[in-house]
Amino acid sequence: MSAATPLIRLTAITKTYGRGQAEFQALKGIDLAIAEGEFIAVMGPSGSGKSTAMNILGCLDTPTSGSYEFQGVHVEHLSRDARALLRRHFLGFVFQGFNLLSRTTALENVELPLIYRGAPAATRHAAAHAALDQVGLAGWEHHTPAELSGGQQQRVAIARAIVTGPKVLLADEPTGNLDTHNSQEIMELIATLNRDRGITVLIVTHEPDMAAYARRVVRFVDGRVASDHRQEGAG
Amino acid sequence: MLWNTLLLAMRAIRRNLLRSFLTILGVVIGVAAVITMVTLGNGATRSVSDQIASMGSSQLMLRPGQRFGPGAEAAPNFRLADVEAIRHQLSGAAAVVPVVSASATAVYQANNWSTSVTGTSNDYFAAANWVIATGRGFTEAEERAGKAVCVIGNTLRDKLFGQQPAVGAEIRIKQFACEVIGQLKAKGQSAMGSDQDDIVVMPLRTVQRRLAGTVDVNLIMVSVAAHASIDEVKTQFESLMRERRKIGEGEDDNFRVMDTRQIAETLTGTTRILTMLLGAVAAVSLLVGGIGIMNIMLVSVTERTREIGIRLAIGALEHEVLLQFLIEAVVLSSLGGAIGIALATAASMALAGVMNVPYLFDPAINLLSFVFSAAIGVIFGYFPARRAARLDPIEALRHE
Ligand SMILES: Nc1ncnc2c1ncn2[C@@H]1O[C@H](COP(=O)(O)OP(=O)(O)OP(=O)(O)O)[C@@H](O)[C@H]1O
Ligand SMILES: [Mg+2]
Repeated sequence: MSAATPLIRLTAITKTYGRGQAEFQALKGIDLAIAEGEFIAVMGPSGSGKSTAMNILGCLDTPTSGSYEFQGVHVEHLSRDARALLRRHFLGFVFQGFNLLSRTTALENVELPLIYRGAPAATRHAAAHAALDQVGLAGWEHHTPAELSGGQQQRVAIARAIVTGPKVLLADEPTGNLDTHNSQEIMELIATLNRDRGITVLIVTHEPDMAAYARRVVRFVDGRVASDHRQEGAG
Repeated sequence: MLWNTLLLAMRAIRRNLLRSFLTILGVVIGVAAVITMVTLGNGATRSVSDQIASMGSSQLMLRPGQRFGPGAEAAPNFRLADVEAIRHQLSGAAAVVPVVSASATAVYQANNWSTSVTGTSNDYFAAANWVIATGRGFTEAEERAGKAVCVIGNTLRDKLFGQQPAVGAEIRIKQFACEVIGQLKAKGQSAMGSDQDDIVVMPLRTVQRRLAGTVDVNLIMVSVAAHASIDEVKTQFESLMRERRKIGEGEDDNFRVMDTRQIAETLTGTTRILTMLLGAVAAVSLLVGGIGIMNIMLVSVTERTREIGIRLAIGALEHEVLLQFLIEAVVLSSLGGAIGIALATAASMALAGVMNVPYLFDPAINLLSFVFSAAIGVIFGYFPARRAARLDPIEALRHE
């Protein structure tokens, strides 16, 4: 990967919540370049701005200032619909709190991004089944979130994020609710996606064991990048 | 795209069966109530105006005194001379018909029946909208001589003759025998609820001499000619009568000229008010149904805001989300409206049968109530969704 043309480049990104007395700057100028195919773990103390940064990277939230280039396109200048299309075609997001549609089967949840992409029914079913199979949920297609365990819901969320074959997978504490065994399975899966399909991966985690799967660790402290180093990925 | 959005809308409806059911129920109740009430009201109005039409067309009726019923002052009746004067001096009168009324018991063989007797001229049948079903009316000679001939109404015929032929038979009224020369076609109940067919009609002189024993006329009916204005004829009529009855300037009339059109308007006016009242009650149910729909829609906003956040986050465009919600609302409201209309049609038909009024399909009210309920469903399904779809995905997801 050439460092000259990064997939993603953040320059002096800030994010301020509230206004007046209640004003709070969650991000105080983030510079970050991410090349295609990287596997990055984002770490840092609680409240350091990890989720805020992930939401901005996922085009779910807009920065207060700074520039965000995705494949050379300035995202901060895009319309709402253009950003939605960016999410639809290039990004897969796994939320800290799953965010699955309730009373909707695992299969239908995973199909959803494909419906918005306009995929024909047969392709859609096949892809959704394959994604669920990949996260180890074959046979659970017709269960609703209420009928699934936390770990299973997390897997459905991951299946939904990867079913479209995104360029970038953004996962905010994907193992935060899981035991060690489940966590490792999920991390193995994510590492496999990165290695075999070349998906660029960013995951937020508090656990060094999980961060060990990544080949680069970015540490946030108090709204700034405190350290950024490469390591030998365990995956 | 539309097909996929339709699919999403159907999934959302199926996923929230209770909410969908309650929305539909709200629309059904509103639509069914309004349509049923207004349809029945229209039926009642129609049946009243049909009965009024059976009274005959534009007529003026002259009666002595100013009022009827208790407290009516004694005022002199009219004479045949009055009838003649009206005939000659009132332009715009197509026919002038004197009427004298009495009641008597009619007897045929072993059957007897107390009925009302009308003494009049042959013009009466046309003026009062009677059709002679079999037999004939009076000849001029019979009228002049006061012969004992009569034309009988359907009720009297039933009571006296049953299935036997009546025309040609002789019935006895009070002390005299009377030949039945004709039989009237049935009219049914009057707008006031009395049986119009319980009647026997004879020449004026016959009743005056043999029953009443006077030369008085109780009522004078004037049919207004087609080209004349009822109001003008009425004014002319009133001044003629004041003159003939020697009523001085400033004195009150001791007679009254009524206009059948007025009576008709009063009666249809009453039923129209009734219909409006029913409609108002029904409008309240429509409103209550509407509030029900609003409630359901608004209560579900929190859940739906998160749902919208999820959809936006995985790449849905704002207008795709809105289209889905719009389709959902339209499908539910239309379904409710259609069920409501079907229910209302069944209920109106059944109730119209029970109430003995005609069933009249009113497209306007069907459309109006349908559109109103559907609009509530659509507006309250759509606008909260629109607010949510304009949020940043992350804000929509944070919505508690
Ligand atoms: N919507 C918001 N309004 C106001 N302040 C917010 C909002 N979201 C986050 N913050 C603040 O911004 C700071 C960073 O929050 P963020 O969620 O990015 O932290 P984090 O690093 O993900 O923490 P954790 O590890 O606990 O998930 C926190 O101090 C938080 O209070
Ligand atoms: Mg966080």
